[in-house]
Amino acid sequence: MSKPAIKVENLSKRYRIGARENNKTFREAFVDLAAAPLRRIRSFGRSSHREEDSIWALKDVSFEVEPGAVVGIIGRNGAGKTTLLKVLSQITEPTEGRAVLRGRVASLLEVGTGFHSELTGRENIFLSGALLGMSKKEIEKKFDEIVDFSGVEKFIDTPVKRYSSGMRVRLGFAVAAHLEPEILLIDEVLAVGDAAFQKKCLGKMGDVAREGRTVLFVSHNMSAVEGLCRSALLLELGRKVFSGSVKDVVYFYLHHFVSEGSSGKIAPDMHKSGTGELVIDKVFLTKGTGEPVSQVRMNEPFTVKIIFSVNEPVKEARIGLGFNTIEGKRIATSHHTDTGLETFNGDIGSYEITFDLINPLLPGTYIISAGAHRALGGSTTDLVPEALRFDVLDLSSEGNGYAHHKYNPGLIHFDGGWQAARKIKEEKRI
Amino acid sequence: MHEASTNKVAVAEDMNPALFDVEAATPLSCFPDKSRREAERLVVIKPHKGWMGVNWREIRNYRELLYFLTWREVKIRYKQTVLGFLWAFIQPFLKMVVFSIVFGRLARMDSEGFPYPIFVYAGLLPWQFFAECLSRSSQSVVGSANLITKVYFPRLIIPLSSVGACLIDFAISFSILVALMLYYGIMPTPAVLMVLPLTLLTIFTALGVGILLSALNVSYRDFRYVIPFMVQIWMFATPVIYPVRIVPQNWQWLLSLNPMSGIVDAYRSCFLGKPFAWRNLTISLAVAFSVLLCGLIYFRRFEREFADIV
Repeated sequence: MSKPAIKVENLSKRYRIGARENNKTFREAFVDLAAAPLRRIRSFGRSSHREEDSIWALKDVSFEVEPGAVVGIIGRNGAGKTTLLKVLSQITEPTEGRAVLRGRVASLLEVGTGFHSELTGRENIFLSGALLGMSKKEIEKKFDEIVDFSGVEKFIDTPVKRYSSGMRVRLGFAVAAHLEPEILLIDEVLAVGDAAFQKKCLGKMGDVAREGRTVLFVSHNMSAVEGLCRSALLLELGRKVFSGSVKDVVYFYLHHFVSEGSSGKIAPDMHKSGTGELVIDKVFLTKGTGEPVSQVRMNEPFTVKIIFSVNEPVKEARIGLGFNTIEGKRIATSHHTDTGLETFNGDIGSYEITFDLINPLLPGTYIISAGAHRALGGSTTDLVPEALRFDVLDLSSEGNGYAHHKYNPGLIHFDGGWQAARKIKEEKRI
Repeated sequence: MHEASTNKVAVAEDMNPALFDVEAATPLSCFPDKSRREAERLVVIKPHKGWMGVNWREIRNYRELLYFLTWREVKIRYKQTVLGFLWAFIQPFLKMVVFSIVFGRLARMDSEGFPYPIFVYAGLLPWQFFAECLSRSSQSVVGSANLITKVYFPRLIIPLSSVGACLIDFAISFSILVALMLYYGIMPTPAVLMVLPLTLLTIFTALGVGILLSALNVSYRDFRYVIPFMVQIWMFATPVIYPVRIVPQNWQWLLSLNPMSGIVDAYRSCFLGKPFAWRNLTISLAVAFSVLLCGLIYFRRFEREFADIV
């Protein structure tokens, strides 16, 4: 067995809290210095650091990562995920414990590290590349590839301050994507950028993972973690709570830590158009308990609940739902009249309507749009193109054959059944 | 150690095929050839206590980054200015003109027999460089907070690149001195060869003070307000506008404790051909190196906390 690529032993990091300790002024430092002997006498016999003055962002975290493994690190906000990456990338020192990394390490805690808005795209590629640990030669060699990946070749000699935020992110990720370290530490970088680019990044990171690099990947996006990683680590309050196969860890996390999903409230700016007699107020997903959830597993039954209000009495209204990919491509549409229900007639008031289905979608992120029309082909009373975002996870509890979706390209899977092949004629040729 | 030492590690590091995803069994470029050679790198991360030396080898490994950061500073300094690089000429030239009028003409300052403009400019040249280094490098670490909290590299690179960027302006303002010497018909003597060691000494002095202040400024932001004031006072404590000889003999040792005073005086000897004050220069040299040493030690002691408090 080869030696682990990353070996972490009892790694702990303590941060002092309170503004008093940080950025103290010179005068305060002098006062502190003068008061120090006194304090030392008072606290004699007690530990020198009062516990309430500090928090352990990491506490006794130990784990090993085999070379070539891709490990996800998940946990809630403030669980210590970023601190762990910062310690491992030598940005900050641990308070206790040690870690050994074998190989060239690159960390990606931000997209576009070191970008300066006055410099051009070309100049920033070199600067950011150098900061991330690439040599000038390496950058020159990969320059065209980087520009190509970022898709900003037209603006490569324009100062980055004239870029849109999307272009900036694309350029930043393009530089990082062409690093060739043996160990790559990535923090939530996919949280930025538009959906299409996110998908491209995920694809690129998948390639990186397959090239045999050791990767630690911090993310909130469970389907990304599941898609990229084989094992995972769950942190909570700076401690390692659970580790194991990515499936188990994500399952554990979703069941113990994620209680509520998006409340699904529709903000005023989410309504695209409509005459306004019937307005969608809320769209959310539920499973059994009626609590909102934001993640659904493959093949799992769930309910889309729409809460709407009627501002003027309406007749013959049809309420509809659309399921879209994150790129905005419509996968399916359904109206409440499709299943034989009557069109909706209602007085002023608040209503709810539900749509039950067994999830046919493959793992990924999807967007639900919601709307209502008057009569068939009549005027739209309300349209919310992006009412809700949700994730589909590859976590079929019964562990059926659909886990192999990775080999089946597409967006949905059929609930069909194959029959075994049987011979229909004796001769070879028909 | 904090640093990525290149310890030998058994080359049993080769990939274990069983660790790959099944789907990844397609052509793999596990490790590109180049990084295979570097597969022996070992990074050990553990807490450090107390004082540490400077890891010069690591800084050497990051020299390209030093170059890029220096180049970035130079590049953005005069962005979106109409006159651009001309400012590097205008600033010292105007200063020389103003000083010549105020101190040379009005105050009739002693200039050791040389025309006042060239007398003051020979002093202004190293002083301007030093002052510029001081104010830039002291802000450099705080100004690079976004880098320090996001990526690892030897932190000393930051003040080093600030000083590096100032060197460009220094080189430019040199040309004004050459022009002045031609104008006043002052022939260089062999003493002019001293300019190289002197420039090095100026760089070391500036680095020492700059590194120290850059680290202090991280924890004590008071320095942001102290430094402009300090630079001004320091100039009057340095024989830039006046010659050393107007200071009473038995107080000159005090003046030479200021490393810049020995340097400024030696620059004049270098270009104007007056004799060197070796004793004062030696004291300045000793002080300069002590300051550099203190700066390095202090910086190394506190750099590990930069990312947490910057």
